[in-house]
Amino acid sequence: MKHPIELWVYLSASPLLWLTLTLFAWIAATTISVRLKRHPLANPVLITIALLSTTLWLFDVPYETFFEGAQFIHFLLGPATVAIAIPLYRQWQKVRQALIPMAAALVVGSFSAVLSIVLMGKWAGLSQDVLVSFLPKSATAGVAMAISSSLGGNPSLTAVLVVLTGIVGALVVTPLMNAMRIKDYAARGFAVGLTSHGIGTARAFDVDETAGLFAGIAMALNAIATSLIVPLLVRLVL
Amino acid sequence: MIKGIALLLLFQLLGESIVFTTGLPLPGPVVGLVLLFVAMQACKMLGLGLFAEAETAADGFLANLGLLFVPAGVGIVALWSQLQSQAGAILLVLVASAVLTLAITVWTFVIVRRLVGRE
Repeated sequence: MKHPIELWVYLSASPLLWLTLTLFAWIAATTISVRLKRHPLANPVLITIALLSTTLWLFDVPYETFFEGAQFIHFLLGPATVAIAIPLYRQWQKVRQALIPMAAALVVGSFSAVLSIVLMGKWAGLSQDVLVSFLPKSATAGVAMAISSSLGGNPSLTAVLVVLTGIVGALVVTPLMNAMRIKDYAARGFAVGLTSHGIGTARAFDVDETAGLFAGIAMALNAIATSLIVPLLVRLVL
Repeated sequence: MIKGIALLLLFQLLGESIVFTTGLPLPGPVVGLVLLFVAMQACKMLGLGLFAEAETAADGFLANLGLLFVPAGVGIVALWSQLQSQAGAILLVLVASAVLTLAITVWTFVIVRRLVGRE
């Protein structure tokens, strides 16, 4: 018979434990979110990250150990991006009717997302390496990390900033849009998908199907736009 | 379900291959998205129903999209000691940029849609 501590030492080093915990933390977080009627503050991504980070911190588990289990989920970001083709295909009629406003909002929005970081980041005195890792933060995680590392940034830092941007956008979008009296759910969805990629898109799908679709399209388009704009601005401004 | 996931992975694979060989400045999954969309449109025109299972798999992914960002987000525990000194400034810039981007994007969309609608 082995001591329970030995079991913990064995399990905490295995991918199985962290993958299982991540899934159950997510199930718990979505249950809380649904119970609270999808209140924006009860964001399931935020709750899950808080639960898992606290666990790692309490038990002094290195992130690398956790990631060995969680990488299986991380990997699915790729096929999930491809999956956006399906809502796009289903609602193509709606999309075609909004092509011009989408193109305008994409160009203006994508530049705002990157330029605001350049200007405010310099004003706030962020170091150069943080700034470069910060720029692609509105693109979806896989894309942003690729951009960041190609420009000499820190992809892990970029990933964290991407997720934080996603959460902040998902938290503020509903109250902000209500305060601005925007009732066009296509426009609301497009804005949150452009700003907050997949996490914003998840939030938009919780609120309204049309908003979710336009968020997904904005996320796809902004992944493209950001990978074109960021290298350009780095060359010109930084 | 398995066929659906295999199809999504196949299109990501095609996307990655195209980006790798052509040096296109785009992420592989984004190219895969475009390719899958075109393939689905083509199948519709030909009256083929090849992508029913891909739709099931995609619905599953999109319903749990937030989960996929969790592993990257937990990375904050690994970076915290490094970021601590700049954490306040980073958070301020991040929130301001997000609010600004949301507002500017939604305004542009709404205003341009109205202008186009009037023609």
